[in-house]
Order: sequence, then structure tokens, then C-alpha cells
Amino acid sequence: MSTIDVSPVASQVGGESAYRIVNDFSIQVATVNGSGSQTANNVLMRSIFQMGVPVSGKNLFPSNIAGLPTWFTIRANRHGWIARKKEIDFLVAMNPETAREDVMKLEEGSAVVYDEPLKLNELRGDLHFYPVPFDKLVAPVCPEPKLRKLVRNMIYDGVVAHLLSIDLEEMRKALFKQFGPKKVKAAELNWNAVLAGRQFAMDHLRKTDPFVIERMDKTAGKIIIDGNSAAALGCIFAGCTVVTWYPITPSSSLVETMIGYLKRLRHDKKTGKATYAVVQAEDELAAIGMVIGASWAGARAMTSTSGPGISLMAEFVGLGYYAEVPAVIFDVQRVGPSTGLPTRTMQGDILSNAFLSHGDTKHPLFFPSSPAECFQMAQDAFDFAERFQTPVFVNTDLDLGMNNWMADPFEYPTKPFDRGKVLSKEDLDRLGGFSRYKDVDGDGVAYRTLPGTPHPAAAYFTRGSGHNEKAAYSEREDDYVNNVDRLARKFETMRRYVPKPEVDINPKARIGIICCGTSRWACEESRDQLLREYGIETSYLRLKAFPFTEELSQFIDQHDRVYVVEQNRDAQLLCLMRLECSPERIAKLRSIRYYGGMPLDARTVTDELVAKEGL
Amino acid sequence: MSATIPAPPPPKKVNRIGLDVLPYKGSKTTLCAGCGHNSISERIVEVFYELGIEPWKVAKMSGIGCSSKTPAYFLSQAHGFNSVHGRAPAVSTGALLANKDLIGIVVTGDGDTASIGIGQFIHMLRRNVPLIYIIENNGVYGLTKGQFSATADVGSTQKSGVVNQLTPIDCCLLGIELGATLVARSFSGDKKQLSTILKTCLSHRGLCVVDVISPCVTFNDHVGSTKSYTYVKEHEVPLQDLSYVPYYEEIHVELEEGEAREVTLHDGSLLRLKKLGREYDPTDKLAAIQALHQAEKAQEVLTGILYLEQGRDTLIDMLGLCDEPLASLGEDRLRPSREALEMIMEELR
Ligand SMILES: Cc1ncc(C[n+]2csc(CCOP(=O)(O)OP(=O)(O)O)c2C)c(N)n1
Ligand code: SF4
Ligand SMILES: [Mg+2]
Repeated sequence: MSTIDVSPVASQVGGESAYRIVNDFSIQVATVNGSGSQTANNVLMRSIFQMGVPVSGKNLFPSNIAGLPTWFTIRANRHGWIARKKEIDFLVAMNPETAREDVMKLEEGSAVVYDEPLKLNELRGDLHFYPVPFDKLVAPVCPEPKLRKLVRNMIYDGVVAHLLSIDLEEMRKALFKQFGPKKVKAAELNWNAVLAGRQFAMDHLRKTDPFVIERMDKTAGKIIIDGNSAAALGCIFAGCTVVTWYPITPSSSLVETMIGYLKRLRHDKKTGKATYAVVQAEDELAAIGMVIGASWAGARAMTSTSGPGISLMAEFVGLGYYAEVPAVIFDVQRVGPSTGLPTRTMQGDILSNAFLSHGDTKHPLFFPSSPAECFQMAQDAFDFAERFQTPVFVNTDLDLGMNNWMADPFEYPTKPFDRGKVLSKEDLDRLGGFSRYKDVDGDGVAYRTLPGTPHPAAAYFTRGSGHNEKAAYSEREDDYVNNVDRLARKFETMRRYVPKPEVDINPKARIGIICCGTSRWACEESRDQLLREYGIETSYLRLKAFPFTEELSQFIDQHDRVYVVEQNRDAQLLCLMRLECSPERIAKLRSIRYYGGMPLDARTVTDELVAKEGL
Repeated sequence: MSATIPAPPPPKKVNRIGLDVLPYKGSKTTLCAGCGHNSISERIVEVFYELGIEPWKVAKMSGIGCSSKTPAYFLSQAHGFNSVHGRAPAVSTGALLANKDLIGIVVTGDGDTASIGIGQFIHMLRRNVPLIYIIENNGVYGLTKGQFSATADVGSTQKSGVVNQLTPIDCCLLGIELGATLVARSFSGDKKQLSTILKTCLSHRGLCVVDVISPCVTFNDHVGSTKSYTYVKEHEVPLQDLSYVPYYEEIHVELEEGEAREVTLHDGSLLRLKKLGREYDPTDKLAAIQALHQAEKAQEVLTGILYLEQGRDTLIDMLGLCDEPLASLGEDRLRPSREALEMIMEELR
């Protein structure tokens, strides 16, 4: 249930509401995929955002092109909580297939806008029902029958705008922005549908529910963007030159968006030629192979995929580790292999990424939690991959990658690229030669050269696990051990360079909460719930990368019990911490997991933590 | 010790860029004595030396197998990458994207290319990646001790007597069909033909697929094998007598009417194809495909330049890449301006 703004008076279903719930509720639009509702939903979300109210949008969609149920949930929250909210307060029931179930799931006092012929009002007496004859309304505003299916959705925007007091001018702005300057005709057609919906609502619907949007000033300067687009921009500003990919939900839009921005930003002004290459590979195995080849030859190269693609990349990532070739891999995590829940979110690849491949391989992981971090960590990942000459994973997920987020605008990068230890012809002239796998500086990171360097001593031969310091073929025990020990030292050095965790120590807290990535939003809100509802004080640490840093140990030491919150069944993040922590610290760790495929919500965390605390 | 006047060292033999043969050689081969792959490495050393190619401009790429080890045995002053079984096409494509000025030479085996790597091979063909892609074809997996590969002919036997019943994959046919712009077949034992083909490849712009029958003396050189030295010698049918004049040499042409065809290659070098027996037009795709099918029926091993198409866009052209290699671009060319970011942020507000 939503929290109530004014004094809690019992809901008076059917009559005028005695109280109002302002800027703190969720709207769910239930449609069929392929019906073009996405535009209407984005316009609705953007209108609320433009009114200065913090907002988040979650699209729950099937792995299908047309005809299966889809739900879009918008949460408006004046406190700025933008995690998913489990309870739906305001339902727009457009899908006859799911309408009954959707209505039955609502809590008492919720509101329902529905297609009149569905007669949903007969189902329950404890909700606020608003019947709308969509077909009758759409015909006059959309003479072209083929377009009616799409335009019909805009009618609910008009109805909802009226019922929730959304400023019509903001909705108009949002709609025209959504369609862009090239589609003014289409925008006008859709705008007329909004107006028709609003007019109908004004003439025929009497507001009885308590939900209202009121203007605030909490979104000034902010942007709305999905994590994939943010990551794409990060890669471009990081100077990425080679992009390879194989389409897979939820990662495809990362490269697709990138292609759009690259066309705009990375063509030579004079010649029109490209300063980048994008190749749609035949599979993920080829995609990572191209990245390894390109990075070996000196490009900043990346690929983007999801779990099933990661599996195919295993041998190459191991080769990248042993042969010390940079690579940036975005893993927009989803649920499991094959078909089933590929369009649901999960933090399910933490362990498989950390140790992908075979032999003594381990890899750095970055965990962005927001679009701004996607933008920043994309840049960090390229610097890191080149500095340490190794594959780097950026673990996002479907929730972050594909959903629209209210975000702080991105800061222009001021740090120069870190291209790592690369010897030029001039360096070689000075040095006379080099040993590719020798630890000259004591940090485990050796020097490399790039093919094409015009010097007789530049060349070296790259192969997998069997080589000595000079990159000569070797199967000797001592050479192998020397090399993997150096790789382990290199991994230790990484700890000093990874993004440090976000830490909030509450001196009164005995309990700590740890999470990574998108679990952030539910955890932050849960801390607020724990304090307000149960008086539980908590500290908080959000990991931004693996390998972990000393902040983690310190944090565990400062608390009696530490809850590790994550979105998978087997506590993968906690397992990774176990590998790096002392037994005393491990003994303090508790696990809170959610793995149903929806974005994590605060209530789930709060309930579980309270139960585990025995309260 | 009695003083002797040391004899002046004999003048070093050098090529046109002043290098002796040493930088063109590699480390000592660890392959079996008599392995066809060794002869191919020798041809590579000779050809690169003879044409005076700067070793540092070359990237030597391979997958996994006896054949894929060989980049270590030539051009010690070129970067090499012994990558992953069957995946040399992807790694090489990536390397060329990063630095389109590299001369990419890929050495793989029939197992590497036609078995585990067939998918990547095919897609590399479609992309016309500018590479010299050599398949050292012995019909077996040498490195894992003699199992059949996907190029083994129907009826060919293993040492143990096992007979192959599966249809072989002809990498040249695939090459012609799917987008390679120079396709050739040769025999590791035919020094002159192989050298000329390799030189032609170095003058060509686009993907060259060179399938070289290269007998495995240890696992597939027995009676009953169709990839043995004896079998190939007996069944080889060279299509042309090839000769090559590099662009930097003066070209004297004395053509006997109707006997030879001459082709000016991308870099200005000249390829001369003198017909041997039957008529053959290597620019005629359909005829080339037909000839290969007929040869298979007749149990002939057709060698020579099977297909040549000049002027087609390579992957680099299709991507419209800028003139400098991507790998050498600096921050000034790669990081868009502050204004550009601000404009995008404004659009998202
Ligand atoms: C993924 C993988 N599977 C299997 C192997 C084992 N393996 C190594 S070489 C090879 C076959 C090589 O055959 P070919 O390419 O014909 O080379 P040749 O040794 O005959 O020159 C195999 C199967 C491997 N290295 N990697
Ligand atoms: S096993 Fe065969 S292919 Fe391998 S080196 Fe020996 S002869 Fe050559
Ligand atoms: Mg073989």
C-alpha cells in the first residue's frame, strides 16, 4: 500500500475521496505487446517527470513480438524512491486476457481505468472503477482504421491525465518530444487522441480515488535515459573504436543506440569517414574474438551481450587473461539460458563472469547501479582493460539496461585516456628491446607493443598459457608458475585502481547492508522503511567492483551482522565475498536474495531482513 | 698464436629493402620432419624476403593445430598470434579493423577451418576481410593424432583402416561461392606454384583463400589416403603455369597470342597465367565452381588460381573507415566535444 499523505481516513469507495495521496503511488498499464503502448507509457512517465515529480518506469515484457501480455509500471514518489514498488495503486487495464487477474490482484482502494466492454467493475466492490469506451472514442480522432490500434493507447493518457491532475501542457510537450521534429503529423494525430480521452473523462468520470500528481521541483536538470544508452555514450566518450556484437535481449539496444550516436558523433568532419567500426558478428564467440584481435592490435574494443553470449565467450576470455589482451565486455544480465525468462532481470552472472574460462582465470567486474554510472564505468572499463591488459566485465542488468531512469546528467570526462603500458618505436630505440611478460615495475603489469610498430625488436608472439617472460613458447613448470604468480600480483594491484564502494556508516547501527548494481534502489528505500517502521538503524556499503577493496573488510568489522542483498538464488555476490574474507568476517554475513525476475523492491528486502532479525 | 689476416666476410645477401633473410625466418620448427607444413613456412620466408616486405608490417595469425603453430617458424620480426581453435578468422578480422595497414597472414589447418571453425570461416568470406588465409590441408587433425577432418575425401582411409564416408567440405568452393576474392589451391610440394600464388596474394586487395594440400607424414601419408604425397602427385592437375612480376620491376611482356592471360593486380604487379591443357577463366565464377565439381568426380586435384575478382569492396571499405588505422587515433579524434555531450543531455531532459 502507498503511504498516505494526509490524515488516514477510511477509503470511501464510490463516493468522493476524503483524502488525497499526492506524488506517492504506482500506475500500471496492462497491454498486449506489439500494440504500440510504449509511446503512450513513455509520454505518461515523462509528463510526471516534467512536473518535477521523481518517477521511474519498469517495462515488464515477454520474449515475443506481438500478442502476449505486457505491463508497464510507473512509480511517482515525492521522496525520490525509484525502485520498483510491488503494489499497484492505479491500473489501466487494456488487455482483456489479463484484466481479470490484474484486477483481482489489486489491494483495496486501488483505481482501475478499463475498456468499458470488459465490465471489470462487476469483479469487485472495493476499487475505484473508471470505464472508458476506447473504440468509440478512437474512431472519430483516427479515421485510418489501421492506425487505431496504436492511437487508442493515447486515449488512456488523456483519461489518466485528467484523473491524476497531470498538467496537460506538460503532456503535450512530452508527446511532441517523444515523436520528435520529424513526425509532427503523427504527433498531432496522437495528441488529438489524448484530448479526446481527457474530454471524455471530464464529461463522464467522477474522480473518487485519492491519487494525485502535484507539481514539485525535484527533477530539475535531470534527464531520462536507459542504462544501455548511457553505457553506449560512455563507450563513445571513452574513445571506443571497435564494437562487435550479436543481438540478444536485453543487450541489443546498447549497440543499437551506440550506432545511432556514432553516426552523429564520430565521422570525420572533412572526409565523412568513420573513426570507428561496428561489426554485427555471426555469434558471440566471433564477437569476442574480434574484440581480442582488435585490442591486441591497439584499438579500444568492446562487445555487449547477456548470459548466453557470455557462455560462448569463455575460451576467448581465458585467452585474454593469459595472453594479457584488453577487452571490455558488457553483460546486461537476464534470467538463464535458452528461452523462458530472457526478458526478466537478474544478477545471475556474477560468479560465471568473475571466473569465466578455465585454468586459474579471474576477471575484474564493474557493477554500475545507475545510468550515470553506466556512462562513467564504461569509460573506467576501457582505461582499466588497457592499464591491466585484461578482459573487464561491466555487469549491468535488464532493469538498468532497458528501463527508463530518471538520472543526473552526465559529466563531461576530463581525465585523459589511460592507454596503459605500450612501448612505441622511440621507446624501443631507447631501450633496445623488451620482454613482453616481464614484471619491470613490480606491479604485475608488463609492457606490450602493438603490431605495426616499425622496429625490429617490437614483435612478440602471443599465445595462451605456455610462455616465458620473453613470450617464447614454454611448457616449463617454473615459467608457468612465474607467470601465473605475476598475474595474481597484477590482480592485487587492481584493488588499488577499481572504483571504490559507496559507504554510508551509521555509528548507531549494528547491522550493515551490502549490495551491488541495481539492488541499490531497493536497499536505499528499505533502509528508510527499516528505520521508520521498525526503528532499525543500518549502515550501507554498495560494491562498485570486484576485486574487492579494504573498505569491505572494514565495513564488516564495524558491524555485528551484515546482510548481502542480491538478485539471484544462490547468493553469488556473497560467495565471491566468502572467497576473499576471513572466517571471522564470513561468520557475520547473512544473505537476502530475490530471484523472481522482476526488479528488486524495497518491501522484499525489509520483510526478509526483519524476519531474519527475528522481529 | 700466429697472426692471420681474417678474410673479409662475404657480402651479405640482402633484399631490396636491405634486409638479409634472417628476420624473415622464425624459430626452429618443432613439426615432424617431412611435414608439408614446413615447406609452406619455407615458401612464406622466401616470398616475403624476395618481395622485400617489412616484417613489422605483418600480423601472423593462427588458430590451433600443427599448422597453426607455424607462424612461430617464419617472420620473427612480425607480431604473431596463436589464438583459439577455429577462431583465427575473428581474431584476424579484429586485428585488421584496428589497423587496416597490417598485412594479415593467417595460417590454419583443415580441422581448424573446416571443422570447428567453419562458421567463422564462412562469415569471414562474406565480409571479404583483406587477409591472406592459408589452409594447410592434410585431411586430418595432426595435433590430436590423426582423426579425420571435414576435408577428408569419401573413401580415404585412416592408418587404422577406418574409411571416411562423409561428404568432404571443399574450402575453395565455399570461398568462391561466399565472397573470397582470390581463391587458389596448391600443393606443399610445388615450390614454384605456391610461391607465385603467395606473391599474387600479397598484391591482391581483398580476402585470399589458399588451400594447400600439405601431407601429414605421421598420420595421413599412407596408401589409401587421398592427402598423401604420392596420391597428390599422381592426381594433381595444375590449371596454369603462373608467373609474377612485382610492380617495382620493369615489366617485359612477350605474349604468345592466345596462350596466356595477364592480369594487373591491385598494387600494379603483373600476374601471368599460361594455360596448361584445358581452357580456364579464373574470373568466371560459375565455370570455376563447375570445374571443381568435375575435378572431384574425376578424382583430380585442380591447382592454381581458381578464382580472382578484383575491385570488390573489402570490409574496411564497407565500413568507410578513416585513412589512419583506428588503433593510432588519439583522444582529439575519438572523444566528442563537451558541447556534443551537453546537446545530448538537453535532448534527454
Ligand atoms: C576448443 C578445442 N577443442 C579441441 C582442441 C584440440 N585440438 C587441437 S588441434 C586440433 C585439430 C587440429 O587439426 P588441423 O587444424 O587440421 O591442424 P593440423 O594439426 O592437422 O595441422 C584439435 C581438435 C582444442 N585445442 N580446442
Ligand atoms: S603430426 Fe602431421 S601435421 Fe603434425 S607435424 Fe607431424 S606431420 Fe605435420
Ligand atoms: Mg589438419
